[in-house]
Amino acid sequence: MNAPVDYLLHLADNAVVLGQRNAEWCGHGPILEEDIALANVSLDHIGQARLLYQLAAARMGGGASEDSLAYFRDETAFRNYTLLELPHHGPLVGYAASDRDYAVTIVRNFFYGALMVLVWDALTRSADADLAAIAAKSLKEARYHLHHAADWVVRLGDGTDESHARAQAAVDHLFRYTEEFWLPSPAETEAVASGIGVDVVSLRAAWDALVDETLAEATLSRPAVRGYVPEGKLGRHSEHLGYLLGEMQGLARAHPGATW
Amino acid sequence: MYTQAMDIPDAAAKPAGVSRTPDAQDAAFEARIDADGRIEPQDWMPEAYRKTLVRQISQHAHSEIVGMLPEGNWISRAPSLKRKAILIAKVQDEGGHGLYLYSAAETLGTSRDQMLEALHSGKAKYSSIFNYPTLSWADVGVIGWLVDGAAIMNQIPLCRCSYGPYARAMVRVCKEESFHQRQGYEALLVMMKGSDAQKAMVQDAVTRWWWKCLAMFGPPDADSPHSAQGLRWGIKRIGNDELRQKFVDATVPQAEVLGVTLPDPDLKWNEARQHYDYGQIDWAEFWATVEGDGPCNRERLATRVKAHRDGQWVRDAALAHARKQQQRKNKEAA
Amino acid sequence: MNTPALKEWPLWEVFVRSKQGLEHKHCGSLHAADAAQALHMARDVYTRRQEGVSIWVVPSAAITASNPDDKGELFDPAADKIYRHPTFYAIPDEVGHM
Repeated sequence: MNAPVDYLLHLADNAVVLGQRNAEWCGHGPILEEDIALANVSLDHIGQARLLYQLAAARMGGGASEDSLAYFRDETAFRNYTLLELPHHGPLVGYAASDRDYAVTIVRNFFYGALMVLVWDALTRSADADLAAIAAKSLKEARYHLHHAADWVVRLGDGTDESHARAQAAVDHLFRYTEEFWLPSPAETEAVASGIGVDVVSLRAAWDALVDETLAEATLSRPAVRGYVPEGKLGRHSEHLGYLLGEMQGLARAHPGATW
Repeated sequence: MYTQAMDIPDAAAKPAGVSRTPDAQDAAFEARIDADGRIEPQDWMPEAYRKTLVRQISQHAHSEIVGMLPEGNWISRAPSLKRKAILIAKVQDEGGHGLYLYSAAETLGTSRDQMLEALHSGKAKYSSIFNYPTLSWADVGVIGWLVDGAAIMNQIPLCRCSYGPYARAMVRVCKEESFHQRQGYEALLVMMKGSDAQKAMVQDAVTRWWWKCLAMFGPPDADSPHSAQGLRWGIKRIGNDELRQKFVDATVPQAEVLGVTLPDPDLKWNEARQHYDYGQIDWAEFWATVEGDGPCNRERLATRVKAHRDGQWVRDAALAHARKQQQRKNKEAA
Repeated sequence: MNTPALKEWPLWEVFVRSKQGLEHKHCGSLHAADAAQALHMARDVYTRRQEGVSIWVVPSAAITASNPDDKGELFDPAADKIYRHPTFYAIPDEVGHM
């Protein structure tokens, strides 16, 4: 049984976009040890993206490759959660400049990590054996990522007044973007119907429990969410993805057909 | 891995003078050095030896972490996912090497914070090679091939350094390092088999970096303020000129295989010497860059300072949480 | 008060067991706020190339080291106890391995 290509691309785009964002800290981390730790998280995501793109490319044929999928698709073709493309700072327009805020980085990794331990775990039982194998590998990585992020959420929330305020602001800023997790896309619905994908809605209670437990330990609160629900996985993104892809894809696109 | 000329004096460093009355400790130390023995942190050592080591090891550590910046410049734009992963892993390794080296220096009684303070205030130096910009993707390959290649020449002898923790850190660094030069050279090989634009990119990068890499070995031994003492103490094992020659001899054939031209009209094989002759290095430009007036000194240093300052609240938070946890534990126990 | 005195994270010594059945070996040190964090950081710093299957971290300050000045009295007296070594004893060849 083969997963719908759009479903694989959704998983791959998530991984590449977050890998790209986290790598922005490389050389700028709050302390050397943490710089190294976050680079490991980033490397895991780039690795997941490569496996998923390779699988999608093999299924698509027609000369598709991991790099044609990562570098030569436009913004609207990307199927990642909007949460993952946001810059490492609070809500600002796409072309605004700001310092990176480690609290935003950590809270984002935490929300996504909590989801992905559940998603990958379910996908180890996917009817698509290739996808199940990628899930088994990614699950171990995701557990470590969640551990890393949750540990820091607690340290920031329960740390100093400043770190508590920053962590709470990051939670308040990012929480609404998690609403998209629970909105099934056509690709997800199709994948669930054929026993390949995971029904994300069924994971919500477990995700809530994971998140609430850590937020409580961190003395952070969960904001009420209403209004806008992001639709990144449908290809409708924030203002930020265009900049991210412009930077990521620019060199490759300036030399179409080149091998690196 | 990045070291160069570790005999660049810090702004405030005094010449490593040896003007003590010899005593038993001193004699024992000198005897151990003469016997090519190792010095360990608890051992008595002359103050000048300690100071020289702190300067050299911390300069080396600073070079690793400042060295993350020029290559980090291309992580977000790496033209394939494979190259992106390789580059992240490599830049991350450099951070690791910095960490091992700071740890080695800490055994001498200087904290990492003190060393960072010296870097941030401009008192401590780092390898000047990182004060040049990385202008194209080919720079990443050339840094791996030439800059890491030059660094390897410098660092392999340091695995036999007389100071145990430094030597052990260098063993670890060199082991991890072996992939850095190879990945750079291989990336360039692939580009040289590619389009004209890719080939031009490689040649341009080689032209810009070649002379800077030769200067990495430091001034000629005759003009090198710390070389003699460093050699005597087994902190430095091979002189600058000999290492530079070794590097040139090793690199010329690699450039031929790659198909690039090294930008030196005087570069030619000398049958009598059994070495390559090479042209004059622009030492005035080198010293200007060491003194802070290279193209990127300010950007590099300011970026390190900013990362450290911006991270303060994160470090404080972790410590505050650890203390609260400890207090809670103590309360439970009471 | 919620604001700690600005201070460096404490130093930890890291010991890694490279594979099951071998001893933990000292491999370096790092800074971390507490033991749990030190373990995680040790994983990221010292096992990036599958160097380990188990990690110990110990606060550097908790290590008591022997004084190098006592090296003579501590270790030299063992030098003449050659009868502790199996090769001290001659056993006829026909006995075989013992």
